[in-house]
Parts: sequence; structure tokens; C-alpha cells
Amino acid sequence: MTVLLDVAEFSKQFPAGGVPGPWARLRRRFSGGPEKLSKVYAVDDVSFVINKGETVGLVGESGCGKSTLVRALTRLIDSTDGSVKLGSRELSLTPAHEFASDPDRARIQMVFQDAGDSVNPRFTGFDAIADPLRRLRHLRGKALKDRVEAVATQCGLPLQLLTRFPHQLSGGQRARVGIARAIAVEPELLVLDEPTAALDVSVQVVILQLLQQLKKEFGMSYLFVSHDLSVVRLLCDRVLVMYLGKIVESGPALDVFEHPLHPYTQALVAAVPRFGDHHAERLRLTGEPRSPIDPDPNVCRFYGRCSRGTDACKTTMPVLRHFGERQVACHFAEEFLPQPKIAS
Amino acid sequence: MTAAPALAVEGLSVEFRTRGGIVRALDNVNFSVDKGETIALVGESGSGKSVTAYAIMGILDPAGRISGGSAVLGGLDLLSASPSQLAEVRGREIAMIFQNPRTALNPIRTVGRQIADVLIRHGNVPRREAPAAAVEMLRSVGITDPSRRAKAYPFEMSGGMCQRVMIAIALAAKPSLLIADEPTTGLDVTTQAVIMDLVNDLAKELGMATIFITHDLALAGQRSSRIVVMHAGHVVENAPTDELFAHPRHPYTAELIAATPDSAASLDELASIPGSLPDLRRTDLPPCRYSERCPRKLDICSQPLPHQTLGADHVVACWNPLPDASAAKPMLSVATESAA
Repeated sequence: MTVLLDVAEFSKQFPAGGVPGPWARLRRRFSGGPEKLSKVYAVDDVSFVINKGETVGLVGESGCGKSTLVRALTRLIDSTDGSVKLGSRELSLTPAHEFASDPDRARIQMVFQDAGDSVNPRFTGFDAIADPLRRLRHLRGKALKDRVEAVATQCGLPLQLLTRFPHQLSGGQRARVGIARAIAVEPELLVLDEPTAALDVSVQVVILQLLQQLKKEFGMSYLFVSHDLSVVRLLCDRVLVMYLGKIVESGPALDVFEHPLHPYTQALVAAVPRFGDHHAERLRLTGEPRSPIDPDPNVCRFYGRCSRGTDACKTTMPVLRHFGERQVACHFAEEFLPQPKIAS
Repeated sequence: MTAAPALAVEGLSVEFRTRGGIVRALDNVNFSVDKGETIALVGESGSGKSVTAYAIMGILDPAGRISGGSAVLGGLDLLSASPSQLAEVRGREIAMIFQNPRTALNPIRTVGRQIADVLIRHGNVPRREAPAAAVEMLRSVGITDPSRRAKAYPFEMSGGMCQRVMIAIALAAKPSLLIADEPTTGLDVTTQAVIMDLVNDLAKELGMATIFITHDLALAGQRSSRIVVMHAGHVVENAPTDELFAHPRHPYTAELIAATPDSAASLDELASIPGSLPDLRRTDLPPCRYSERCPRKLDICSQPLPHQTLGADHVVACWNPLPDASAAKPMLSVATESAA
């Protein structure tokens, strides 16, 4: 398999609490402390690859850095550190504002969470899909019209709906516009940020099946961000589990969900409601998540909420270790390996 | 079933007057909740789940009108009660947890004071002791460091914390009926599990009846003992949870189960539900609002809707319900395959 996207030691930090005012600067100067601002470590030293034609799921709770990671990968924001290679092209050296008009922009496209919010309300369906084609493929007139209609048909969007504005479309139709817009320029990597979160189950099924069919047709790779594990399980080949800016577990989707090795993944899988298991004994997460602002680099990020936190977790940050196809960042991963337990 | 349910809703119908015509949002809705029982109202968006809750609470939009029916709570019909009677009942006897805690909480009042307000008005707590009691309430919903958190404003707390505060407010006066309207939408699965555990545990402790509104059939199945399935303002099926999943009798329920991702082993197995909800402004709505999407439609479906009672406690509003045996829809055949 050829590697399409190679992310290495990737980090993104944001300044916390904004820029200090004059009073704070004065106090800092007289107290003699170093000029160090506190930072939110939104994404901290993350490495992974996406192969050609692969669907990778990215799961984790809100605030764990999923969205920051994909925004930085798609070059909507600049990263702080690390490298992102798309094929042979190093993306992290190009500033985000320049990348918008870069020829490689077309190779990596994104479908946003709620198509109702991410499609310009003053653009018709046609304009929304045509916009990237105009900017990146420089299509005009008949060629543009043909391409838009071809893509709309591929996405199951009736052509008479193309003249409508987003508010005149149903949720499922808007989702189709969002997908058509992203695949119009034939990207190699499609990043999907919770594309079905705002949809009813009956519509969600149709959109998921559409995505699977498009992938077969065009051989795209998907990075599928979601907190709905039951959807990730169905759509993805491989899954990355993120917790507070770090990848804590990765591996083939079915393996990870059936035999989670990291305590956080175990809690996550146990929290998914399933048919017919009322009030079964479940793993409960207690305590509060640690703060992502200037975290102690030697304490496991999950310490405090973990069911098995020991002194080792307080003094050494667990690193990602390989177990066959899987990677786990936990000191105790072995305990679950020989006789894998199913947390249900 | 015990003799007197905590809440009995009968024949509830609600209309909304809009510029486009009258929307018949609810039509002849029947269900009841026993003391200490948790039931779930399930359906797609637009099926009338929230309108049902709002009608019971008496907080319908001014455009809405209750055109018939009753909702009896402890001998009082909430739908015909006077505003002052309702004001006594709301908060004390019935409480509600809303969908989005951030918008439902008062943004310019600390959470401790918001809880104290309810305690003073409905909980018979003297004004002087209310702040301390509010801190106790925060502790009981599992908020760490409650005395500090009581002084926080809603924007200073995470979504899960705000939802805990909402629960504390709802349970402050120990109501006999709790309505939870999608309490965990927009929260993570891990937070969802914690919040639902909390609601379940407190309900059990206080012996409360709970109406749990959700679009997530799997979550409803996990958390309630009975499920009421709604479609376009009708109750189409009402059955004990295990019975409903094992033998769904209404075609819509079966389709809904088949469309839920948890039920399938692969994407191709998931079935979508053809068609969409009918426009409720139409004057020519068929008696069965599902009939235009229904694969099992018969000529008799143009007759007024029946409410068939099948076995104990299982009501279906359908002329041609699925037979018991063929109830083995995709989900169940998968289950048996993997078992074998």
C-alpha cells in the first residue's frame, strides 16, 4: 500500500487567556520570571499515516483536539510543529493563507459538520458546488455547468434542486451539497468532520452508504471524524482514538472496538448504548479531565479519570507502543493483550 | 401495571396556526407512566416528541392550541388547569430537563442562585438556608468542589456540567414526574453515559416517573422499560422495551430498528426508511400518516386508525401489523448468525 498522508510529530498550540496586558507584563518583569505564556496543547506530538484508498476514523470526546487536528491537516490553520506530507509534497511549510490558492489544495478537501452552517446561505446549490471548480480548476461556462451537474448526479442530488438556497433544502439534501462541493475537484483525501451528526438515523444511513459508494468509485482516502462509534465501526478500516491532544490507541476498527486495550477506549466503547443491554454492569468514567493548558509532560493525560491509575502514570508519560497492527499508549496494555476482555 | 399511573395522557391533540395553514402536530396521543417507571418517547425530528412534552408542561408556543385530550397528574388535568394551578404544579410535581443546557440556564445568574430560586419557590426551604441547600444539590449530582462551582456562571462550565446543573434544578423540589427532552444530545458518549446514569439513579432513589425523549433508539432501549414510538404526531407503537426490540409489530418501528447503526454488521445491511414525514399542514392527511411510506399498505388503511392491543401491554396503531414470526428483521438474523 502506498502512503498518501504522512503526519509526523505534529503539534498545535494556542495561547491561553490571550495576550497579557500591560499590568501582567510589568508584574512579570519585576517578579523576574521568564517570559513564558501559558498555552493550550490542542494537538501534542501526533504521528500517523493514511494509505491510498483507506478510511481512517478519528474518535474522541469534544475538546480532545480532533477538529484542530483536521483543520491543521487541511491547512485551514497553521500548525506549530511537525510535518504533514501529502504524497511527496510537504504541506506544513506553506502558510494556510497561501495554500488556499495552491494547486495542491484540490488534493485534500473537507466536508464540514453541519452543511446548513458551512454552505454560504447566499449561494444556490449550483454556486456552492461551482465555487471550488472556478477557483481551483478554472472552469467556466458550459464545462463548469457539465461538471457541477455530473457531480450532483453522483451525489444523488436532483438537478432541479441546484437552483435552491440552503434554507430551501432538507438536512439530507444539504449534506449532499456539502459532499458534492468537496469531491467536485477530485481530491485524493477527503476529510469528513462529523458529516452525519445533524441528521436523523434514516437519513444518516443514506448518506453513509453514499460515502461508501463514492469511495469505491473514485478510490479516495477518507479521514472520518466522529464521536459516534457505531458509525465509525461500520465505515472505517482503521481507527485513531484521541484523548486530550494525544493519540492513545490505533488499529483496525473492529479489533479496537471489540478488544480495546487503552482504558479510555474501553470506557468509550462501554459508553455506546446498544440494543438490549439495559443497566448491564458498565465501566464508568469518574473524575474530571485534566486541563490541556500547559499539561505536565510526565503525567499520563488520562490520569485521574483512569480506572487503573498508579504512581507510574503520575511520573512517566506512556508512549505509543506497537502490538502487531495496533498501537497503544498505556503502561498496562499488556494486561489486556493475552486474554483480551470485551468491555460491554 | 398499578392502578393509578403517575401521568395518564389521553387523546392529546395539538395544532399550530401558521401562515401556511394549520399544522396538526399531535393527533390523539395516548400513553401513561407509572410511578418509578421510565418510558421513552422515540421518533425522528418532527414527529412531535417535544411538542408532547411542552403540551404537558403547559409551555407551548402561543401559536399552538391544545385541541383535545387530557393529561392527568395526581387527579389534576394539566391541560385544563388554570395558570395559577399550573404554576404550583410545575417545578414541584413535574420538572423538565431541556435539550441544550447552555441556552436553558440563565446566563447572568450563578448556578447556585438558580438552584436556590427553585428551592425557595417550590422546595419549602427558608431563604436563609437556600444557598447551602443548593450546594448540597450540586454535590448530589456529582459536581466536584460544589461550593466553588455554586458561584460559577453557566458559561464557565462545560456542557456536561451545565446539564448536571439542569438536573439539580429539575430535581430540587423532588418532583413526582421528570421530563427529559434529549438531555444528552450534543454531549459525548462518555458524558452521555454519566448523565444518564445520574438521571436513572436519582429517579430510582426518589421513585420518580420519568419520560425520556430521544431520537436514539439504542439509548432509549438501554435506559427505559417501555418505549413509545412516534411518527408524524401519532403514537404508532407502545410496548415494553424488550418486547419492542424482539417483536416490533409496526412497520415503522421495524424500519427504525433496521436503520440504527448498532444493529448491523456492515453498512450494506443498514436499511434506510423510504420517503419522508408527510406535510402536516395538508388537509387530506390519510388516517394513518405512515401509509404513504409504508411497504405493507392495504386498502383498509384509509379507514380510521385502529389501536390494537397485542398481548399484554403492547399497543400498535396499524391495520396490517407485522406478524410475530416475521418480526425477525435484519437485526435479529444477524444476532442469531453470530450466535451460531
